[in-house]
Amino acid sequence: MSVLTFADVSAGKIKKSSLEAIYYAKQIAAKTGGKTIVLLYKANEDAIKSAAQVGADKIINIQNDINEVTSDAMVVAKIISKYATAEGCKNIVLPYDIHGKATASSLSGILKCAVVSAVTNIPEVNGNAFLFKKNVFSGKAFSTMEVGGDVKVITFLPNSFQFQMNTSATPEVVNTTTDLSGIVSKIKVKEVQKNDNNGSIPLPEADLVVSGGRGLKGPENWNIIEDLAKALGATTACSRPVADMHWRPHHEHVGQTGLAIRPNLYIAIGISGAIQHLAGVSGSKTIVVINNDKEAPFFKSADYGIVGDAFAIVPKLTEAIKKFKSSQH
Amino acid sequence: MKILVAISQVPDTTAKISFTDNNTKFNSAGVQFIINPYDEWYALVRALELKEAGLVEKVSLVHVGLADADAVIRKGLALGADDSFRIDADAPDAQFVAQQLAEFVKNNPYDIVLVGKETISYNGGMVGGILAGLLDWTFVSTASKLDITGNTIMANQDIEGGVQIVECSTPIVISCNKGMAEQRIPNMKGIMAARTKPLQVIPAYTAASHTQYKQFELAAGRSACKFIDADKVEELVQLLHNEAKVI
Repeated sequence: MSVLTFADVSAGKIKKSSLEAIYYAKQIAAKTGGKTIVLLYKANEDAIKSAAQVGADKIINIQNDINEVTSDAMVVAKIISKYATAEGCKNIVLPYDIHGKATASSLSGILKCAVVSAVTNIPEVNGNAFLFKKNVFSGKAFSTMEVGGDVKVITFLPNSFQFQMNTSATPEVVNTTTDLSGIVSKIKVKEVQKNDNNGSIPLPEADLVVSGGRGLKGPENWNIIEDLAKALGATTACSRPVADMHWRPHHEHVGQTGLAIRPNLYIAIGISGAIQHLAGVSGSKTIVVINNDKEAPFFKSADYGIVGDAFAIVPKLTEAIKKFKSSQH
Repeated sequence: MKILVAISQVPDTTAKISFTDNNTKFNSAGVQFIINPYDEWYALVRALELKEAGLVEKVSLVHVGLADADAVIRKGLALGADDSFRIDADAPDAQFVAQQLAEFVKNNPYDIVLVGKETISYNGGMVGGILAGLLDWTFVSTASKLDITGNTIMANQDIEGGVQIVECSTPIVISCNKGMAEQRIPNMKGIMAARTKPLQVIPAYTAASHTQYKQFELAAGRSACKFIDADKVEELVQLLHNEAKVI
């Protein structure tokens, strides 16, 4: 039973979450038997090479123009469903990111099969029954879930595990033109607006995040957050009140009703740590809290804490980071 | 044009999470349930705004669940929905819910189905897409803005690192994200009116489900926070490098 995945290529490179998807698909194929088949859209040599290194046995490189591949999840889902049938794949793996979620759910409807969201482990496989681990209740608990049925769409939580590379892999590469009969996009894209990230990595993919809350007193004080983020090579984020007061754009809001993120490092400055905020950041590997209130609940969920005035501490920390970075060269 | 808003009920955002029956079921004792915030604040409120602007004739609510959800359905009616339907089933997963909604829509025509982008309980975010896949309708996911001109639907769709502005036609499923509307509080008139608005209970349709929660476990807390003196930020940098190994 081969495993199929579709990898997102952006600016000539396969996105990290898609590389993880290939690696994850490989681990499932190892349990079910069969190949790891990767669908790519107009991929270059480098992208093909990186797909091979993380586990692709067969790469299907689609050559025809399909503009909707990046804009319409339903079109992507229909293309995947076509290849799943043609290649006899019963398990389809996608990353649980904004595009993967929309594609996986549509695909589950098209194939009338189970879809499992945001799993964090390689499943135990017992015939058709797969045992997965996944977070529930916004990270406050996790669960073991059994998923059955002949066909499954599996989405895994990005940044849940490290993938290993095999640099000598030589997969079969098939360049193909997809038959698009019966596949029509019903979405017309008028315009695409990119968030202004000051050139930093978009928040959902960022490994390092510096986040500010109400304790910063106003948008005019955000320079200390931005300076620290710049020194670290981090992306900036904020708490809900800050976005609601329009001190910062909504796309920076992390928390239960904002973005849930899982960076390696989350530095929270002037954020008290309300339960709703924690729900969006508790998956972070390391949490640093800087707050002048030593009773702030966030310290209970932090790995490292500094009690004191953010306006004095953060610029000093920025300098210390710069010094550390230059000593590394 | 008619809008159907699918709502779930979830534990209040501040609810303490615990499990019962040997950690196989969510313990709902003492837990306050609310309409899932994405379904209420964004999907339902935006649907009501479009109705108030004269662009939509009718806004209906649908919920797949048991009678204990009637209170949150009434709240949706108090906010201003015209009528409501409860498909009577203890829904095991998104695939089951989406199949119920698909059958419902086949029997009760609507032009637009709005869902929240995910529930804050199980965080799956799958129902909208599955529904669109089952019905072969247009699907716009994570929309943060929604407008209607004549028969054209215009939406801002949140994508990785930005927004794409799209135009589509009905029938359509849209999953709603923050930014689409602002939270509303029902007023006394709405609450009184909700008591007599229709809440129709429909027997569940035959549907498949392939998932089962076997076990729950509370997430382990972090070990105690290590405090660093405010004058010794260099120490934090060293800890992040040598101990946490994140920089």
